[in-house]
Amino acid sequence: MDAITTRIAATGTDPDTGYTSYRLGGFEFTRDEYFAHVSWPKGSHIIEIDRFLRAMVRDIGWGFFYGWIFFDDIFGTTNHYGTVDLFAGAYDAGYKAKGLDHLETFPAEVVKEAFETISQNWINEGYDPLRAPLETGSPLGPKTVERTDELVRGFAAASRMLGLEGEPPVRSDATGHPINRAFADLEFDRPEIECEPGFEGQLHAINLFDHIARADVTWNPSFTAVTGASICCVTSEEHMLPVIHGNDRNEWFVQLTDEIHWQIADKNSGQPRGTIVMKAGDVCAMPADIRHQGFSPKRSMLMVLENGTPGLEKRYASGELKPYPVDFG
Amino acid sequence: MAYNTKVGSLDAYEKGSIELADDLRKYAFSNIYEVAGKSAPFERVAVVQNLEYVAETVRIEGDSPWYAAPHDEFALVMDGEVTFRFVKLADDQVPGHEGGAVRLGGVPNGPNMGRVTARRGHQVLLPKGAAYQMSAAKPAVAIVQTRDGPETVKRWSEICTLA
Repeated sequence: MDAITTRIAATGTDPDTGYTSYRLGGFEFTRDEYFAHVSWPKGSHIIEIDRFLRAMVRDIGWGFFYGWIFFDDIFGTTNHYGTVDLFAGAYDAGYKAKGLDHLETFPAEVVKEAFETISQNWINEGYDPLRAPLETGSPLGPKTVERTDELVRGFAAASRMLGLEGEPPVRSDATGHPINRAFADLEFDRPEIECEPGFEGQLHAINLFDHIARADVTWNPSFTAVTGASICCVTSEEHMLPVIHGNDRNEWFVQLTDEIHWQIADKNSGQPRGTIVMKAGDVCAMPADIRHQGFSPKRSMLMVLENGTPGLEKRYASGELKPYPVDFG
Repeated sequence: MAYNTKVGSLDAYEKGSIELADDLRKYAFSNIYEVAGKSAPFERVAVVQNLEYVAETVRIEGDSPWYAAPHDEFALVMDGEVTFRFVKLADDQVPGHEGGAVRLGGVPNGPNMGRVTARRGHQVLLPKGAAYQMSAAKPAVAIVQTRDGPETVKRWSEICTLA
């Protein structure tokens, strides 16, 4: 399918709420005081505005991430690494059965521009969708004053290891990242690095827990260590993952502290499969044929191991690779 | 409100649960402290497999053999205190196999690069071009991000929750 190159267009501003509505291809986006409304030629859908904005801002920051990002069971995006699908009901059994589903493909930069435009107009000062709900204001109500600072932040991608020369810095007081309240009970020290003369800068170690504890964003990973295409991402998780992620490849979670409850469903139909509760030290694969959503009652630390090999999504989609990672023999 | 962050250790950990209407082998659910608790020192047991990439759980107790890999590896200490010693390898000493750590026959004869002492939460670069040895006076646990290699031990049926 050819990508639609038409860019986002404003369709009017509500005189009461002050929010602008937009059209992108066949999709229309409107917000009121409580909800985002998404409509397309065959249907419409309503999403609570906090959830919508938390999902949209992360989708921008992640570069549409790996595979499917469901804002909820109905609406979302699929990353094809250059183009992005916008879909509604395309992975819901009921919508599919009734023929109400809709999907359009755009160049990634067109969707990025659209989501940035909508977010900028619909987010008021005092509300930061990247923060935990207890740490930010409310998104509800009419338009007040647009934020002027960066909406997207926190995705610091190391190409080898965080903190090495030329790489993103480890978070610290100096970078404006104090220890989060939820990790104030931990003691943080530094690894001792003793280099022999002539080898300065060749040995390296960081306090990864300290780095995570200073994150001012939630559910927003940073690459800390990369070997080949194996990417170690770490992130601080509090409240709920504001999207449902359906990966186009296998990925792995290592719970570093506390616990996260994961709801698992079939990726294509949304049919629930059950729950995984991960506690400190637990390791679990997220197969390529599921969608998952996490709930973290207390702010926790999570390590995610991804395989960033280019083209992997096509090998899983074609069936060349199994949608689960381990061969038990 | 005061928070109580829960971490695990070899002596005290609580494994979570997996309740799915699905084949649990697809999820390979394990716990690094449980794995390390049942491992011999310096067994490098795969707990993550992503095609050619793995993460290994290592129980560190005493002095390990010397290892080297043809690429960077990374160790995250999850319990105890570990000292990593490094020796620079000459170009013709760097392992040429496809990936993963290989055990060296003895102490490499290159120059001493130094050492890193790391505790829970510390992530350590095990750089390409260097041999390394891990040491701990008391049992410690680390996760090593690397490639599937000759030292990688796989016993998925033993470590994973399957029912």
